[in-house]
Amino acid sequence: MIYFDKVTKIYSSGSAPAVEDITLGIEPGEFVSIVGHSGAGKSTLLKMLFAEVFPTEGSVFFGSRDINALSQKDLRILRRNIGTVFQDFRLLQTKNIFENIAFALEVAGKSDADIEADVPHVLDLVGLSDKIWNFPNQLSGGEQQRVAIARAIVNQPDVLIADEPTGNLDPVNAHDIVEILKKINDLGTTILLTTHNKSIVDSVGRRVVTMDRGRIIRDDSSGKYVL
Amino acid sequence: MTFWVTIKRVTRYGLLGFFRNGFVSLSAIFIMTITLFVASALIIFGAALNSVLKDLTTKVDITVYMMVDATDDQIQSLQQSVKTLSQVSSVEYISRESALATFEERHKNDQLTLQALQSLPDNPLGASLEIRAKDPSQYAAISKYLEDYQNSNSSSGIDRINFVQNQVAIDRLTYIIDASHKTALTIAIILGIASLLIAFNTIRLAIYIARDEISVMNIVGASHWFVRGPFVVSGFMYGVLSAIIVLVILYPLTVWLGPPSEHFFGTFNVYSYYVSTFPLLALILLGTGAILGSASSYLAVRRYLQ
Repeated sequence: MIYFDKVTKIYSSGSAPAVEDITLGIEPGEFVSIVGHSGAGKSTLLKMLFAEVFPTEGSVFFGSRDINALSQKDLRILRRNIGTVFQDFRLLQTKNIFENIAFALEVAGKSDADIEADVPHVLDLVGLSDKIWNFPNQLSGGEQQRVAIARAIVNQPDVLIADEPTGNLDPVNAHDIVEILKKINDLGTTILLTTHNKSIVDSVGRRVVTMDRGRIIRDDSSGKYVL
Repeated sequence: MTFWVTIKRVTRYGLLGFFRNGFVSLSAIFIMTITLFVASALIIFGAALNSVLKDLTTKVDITVYMMVDATDDQIQSLQQSVKTLSQVSSVEYISRESALATFEERHKNDQLTLQALQSLPDNPLGASLEIRAKDPSQYAAISKYLEDYQNSNSSSGIDRINFVQNQVAIDRLTYIIDASHKTALTIAIILGIASLLIAFNTIRLAIYIARDEISVMNIVGASHWFVRGPFVVSGFMYGVLSAIIVLVILYPLTVWLGPPSEHFFGTFNVYSYYVSTFPLLALILLGTGAILGSASSYLAVRRYLQ
């Protein structure tokens, strides 16, 4: 479903590659944890999947399509099919929670009636129904991250990318977020998770890809966090 | 998604963004108000200058003094002849009697001169013709024509032509009028560009503040128009509101400046100008504001689109 084919990324000429000669395949429905120290290239790898960063060499395929060969329009359609969650939540600060989630539906061209029905439903899924009219700055970090997850899944994407989603959260909230991600994975969505957190990776107990200095050094189908 | 649904959503987010980013909107409006105020001041000052120049232009003339014994026929034939010139805008005949009346009026406090005048057996003043050109630069040609007329026609009845005496003054005035036009235009262009850049930069700053939001919109897969549209709507609002503020401020300001402006510029009253040109002024300010606001937003968002 997702295939990185000999991908290298060098941000500026002369500097060391952020990602070097990576070949990695991910099947539908998998829950893949990508682990490694800061600067190992985890985030760069994920950013290439939704074309925020383009590879210097090699190709990234989503299904049978080369992401770097997509037109602007097809790229936007691809992005609507990939949910993204980040460490810093990246919510729209001037929009309330309803609007933050509705925005993702609006750009996908959903009708007002669908939006009215889907937003409360997805907020219910992440346990935030009572915060629908709040603004992001009125929510705790854990709550903001749950809103970000709700936004990421509301379009029912095939893939959910979670880039250090628990990095800014306390252990209890981090655990809640992972439980939500597992629930989403059980419903059939492929999940790519990057993290530093050993206990999270161990609790998930699924495939673990370990990166170091831009390369994959271990790929275990039901691994633990080993570094 | 239909076109109208997109328009509706973009407009709604534009209006929401405008009100929720209150402080940013306020500063953008403040700067654009200053920009548009400068623009309107330039327009009004330009009109005042034009009016002054027009007044000055009508005050310049060539006066042809006729001999005291010039006949009506001589005067009339000269008058007819001058009127046929394409450069001439008007020819006014001042009779001997009215020349005397004007002289007496001017010297009414000077008893000595008046007594001397009364001691003369006859009115010593000749009739005269005041000739006005359509453009100050054409006086030289008219003066040349009059001299030729005087030289080629011994019974022309012309005593003297005062253009030659005023030539330096007229040349200088022509030069001043020309230079004022150029200076005013240069100042207007420089001020216009400066305020345009300031307004553009303010809006760029407002959008720079929102760059993280724009990147989120990109990642969620929003089309360029869906990202850009709300900012263009907000920019449009900045411009239109600033224009309305300027139009409102101008009212008491022109009422206050009306009498002094008339005193200073002669016939130009800034309040009458504001009232008489209000529709045009409103159209120019609203149009400039709307275009400046929305175009600046359109351009400023561009660099953040992916």
